Amino acid sequence: MVYDITIDGKGYRLELERAEAGWRCRLDGRDIQMDAVLARRDVLSVLIAGKAYEIKREHTATDMHLWVGSVRYLAELRDPRSLRGRKGTDADEKGPKKLLAPMPGKVVRVLIGEEQPVEVGQSILVVEAMKMQNEIKSPKKGTVRKIVAAEGANVNAGDVLAIVE
Amino acid sequence: MFNKILIANRGEIAVRVIRACRELGIVSVAVYSDVDRASLHVRKADEAYHIGPAAAAESYLNFAKILDVAKRSGADAIHPGYGFLSENAKFAQACVDAGVKFIGPTAASMEMMGSKTRARQEMEKAGVPFVPGTSRGLESAEQAEQVAAKIGYPVMLKAAAGGGGKGMRLVHRAEELKSALEAAQSEAERAFADREVYIEKAIINPRHIEMQVLADEHGNTVYLGERECSIQRRHQKVLEESPSPIVDADMRRRMGEVAVRVAKAAGYSNAGTVEFLVDQDKNFYFLEMNTRLQVEHPVSELTTGLDLVHLQIRIAAGETLPFAQEDIRIRGHAIECRIYAEDPDNNYFPSPGKITLLLLPSGPGIRRDSGMYEGWTVPIDYDPLLAKLIGYGTDRTQAISRLTRALHEYFVGGIKTNISLFRRILTDADFRAGKLDTGYLDRLLKSKPPELRGGHPEVAAIAAGIFAILDPASAPAVNGNSFPRAADGTVGGTAGSSWKRAARVEGLV
Repeated sequence: MVYDITIDGKGYRLELERAEAGWRCRLDGRDIQMDAVLARRDVLSVLIAGKAYEIKREHTATDMHLWVGSVRYLAELRDPRSLRGRKGTDADEKGPKKLLAPMPGKVVRVLIGEEQPVEVGQSILVVEAMKMQNEIKSPKKGTVRKIVAAEGANVNAGDVLAIVE
Repeated sequence: MFNKILIANRGEIAVRVIRACRELGIVSVAVYSDVDRASLHVRKADEAYHIGPAAAAESYLNFAKILDVAKRSGADAIHPGYGFLSENAKFAQACVDAGVKFIGPTAASMEMMGSKTRARQEMEKAGVPFVPGTSRGLESAEQAEQVAAKIGYPVMLKAAAGGGGKGMRLVHRAEELKSALEAAQSEAERAFADREVYIEKAIINPRHIEMQVLADEHGNTVYLGERECSIQRRHQKVLEESPSPIVDADMRRRMGEVAVRVAKAAGYSNAGTVEFLVDQDKNFYFLEMNTRLQVEHPVSELTTGLDLVHLQIRIAAGETLPFAQEDIRIRGHAIECRIYAEDPDNNYFPSPGKITLLLLPSGPGIRRDSGMYEGWTVPIDYDPLLAKLIGYGTDRTQAISRLTRALHEYFVGGIKTNISLFRRILTDADFRAGKLDTGYLDRLLKSKPPELRGGHPEVAAIAAGIFAILDPASAPAVNGNSFPRAADGTVGGTAGSSWKRAARVEGLV
C-alpha cells in the first residue's frame, strides 16, 4: 500500500506492507524498522528502533489530527491512485469573506449593520455559548455586506454569520 | 443523619456530592434537564428525575420543580453544589419552608453575603479591610462617573449578585464607563436575574487568595488554610493551589482570623470561602464571601486531609465540628487544573461536542473529579467545566511534576480542551517561581509559546498509514466506497457535514 501523507503541511510518501513478523515500512524511500499495535480504537502503540510512541487520532468536523505524545499534527492521507490536482484552497483576501461561527451557540447581539464599514478585528456579532459571550471579529477591513444570522438565532459551528467584503 | 439527599446540580460537582453520599450511606437523588439525560451524574446517582428543558431557568434554577422532586423522592436534604441555586437565599428559604434541609448557610447569611454591597456595609462594621469604592449599587451612569472620578481610574464594575466573572468589567477611561456599565448590567441580569452593579477602585495585578472556612451550627468556626487563585482568564479561575507560594504561617493566621471574623459577623454556618485581594506588599482586602462549596475545594481537602463534602453534610445534620482550629495541619502541596471544553487555538472559544476518545491519568498524587466520559456529548447549554485534575505532593515542586506527568497522560479527543494550557503554565518560569498575580495568565497567553520539543512528524506520518490499515472504521474508508471522497482525493477530513464538504471545496475552511 502506498500513501501520500501530509503532516502539518509537509509531504511524505509511505509504503506499508504487512510482513511475516510485523511490517515492511518505507518512508520517503528509507526502510524503517517498525512495529505497531492498535491498543484500542484511535490509539496506536508504535515502536521504531526501540523507541516507544503512543499516537492518538481524532477527527474534527474538517480535519484529522494525530497526536504523538502531547504534540498535535494535522494529518491528511491520500491514496495516490485517486490523486487529482487540488483546488486552490487559499481564501481570497480580496473577495468577500465569510465569518463562520467557531462553535455552536446563540447570536445575542449584532453590533454592526449591513453596508457599514469595519476595521480588521472589529467585533461584528456576539455569540453566546456555555454562558460565555464571545465577540466575532472581522477578518478584514471592508464593508459588512450581509448579516446572515439575526439576533436570537441559534447557530452551529461552521455556520455563516456574516459576509465582509 | 439524612437518609436521602437531592443534588440540585449537574456535572462534576454533582458526581462529587453523589460520591460523598454513597460513602456516608445516604441515598442520592439526581435531577436532570432534557440535554442531561446521559450525563454522568444521572448515571451515578441512586435515583434521578427529569426537571425540564435545557434552559437552566426552567430546570436547574427552578425552585418548584426541584422542591417537587425532593418531596416526591422523599429527600430530607438538598445539596446545591456551586453555581445554579447554591447562593440563592430565596431558594434556601424555600427549602426551609418546604421542610427540607438546605446544605449550606442560612438564607439570612446568604442574603447578607450574596449582595456584595450589603456584605460590604456589614463587614465594614466588623472592621474587615476593604478596597475603596461604593458599598451600594449604582443608580445611574452619571453616579458611576462621579464615583469613578473620585476614587480614580482604573475602576472595576461588579455585579452585586455576582461570581465567576459574570457581570464584571474593568474600565480604564471615563469614555468607556457608560457602555461597560450597560454590558455589566445586562450580563448580570442574564446570569443572576439581578441588574445591580457596583464600582470599586481596581488594584492592578493583585493576587487573588481565598480562605476556606467551616462553621457548624453551634457557633464553632475554623479556617482551613488559603488557596492561591490568581491564575484567571476573564475573571474565571483556571488553576488553583494550596498553600499559596507567598503566604507564610503568620500571614495565614492573620488572614484566617479575618475570615473567621467575617463568617461570624454573617452568622455563617457550613462551608464557605472568604476571598481576598492581595497587593504587592501583601496587604489583603476583603473581596467577597462565597457562601457555598468552591470548585477548587479539592486542593484544601488534600492539604488538610479533610473531606469538605462529608463535613458539609454532617454540619447540616446538626453535628458539631469534630476538631478545633489547633487540630488543623496544612501538609504538602496541591494544585488543581480546571479542564474546560474550550479551544486554546481559537481564543478559548467554548468547544462543546462529542468526546470520541478519553484517556485518563492516574498514579501517585493524582486526583480526578470529572463529569465527563467517552461517548458523551458535552451540551452547549452550561458552563464549559468538564473535570478537575488535582496533583498532590510533599512540596510544590513534587506537586508540579506529578501534575505535569499526569497532564501528558490525559487525552480528550473529539472536542477541544485547555489541557495544553496547563502544560504551558506548569513549565513557565514565573509560575515555577511562584510569581503570580491576576494578570499572569493574560501575559503568558500574549507571550510566544515555547517551541515544542520532541516533535516527531515522521512518526505521525507512519501512524497515519497504519491507522488507515488497522483501524479504518472510525475514519472514512481509504479504498472502499462506503464514504464519499472529497474532490481532491483527501480522506482525512471528510467526516463533517455536507456543508463542511461544500465549504472545503469552495476553499472557505
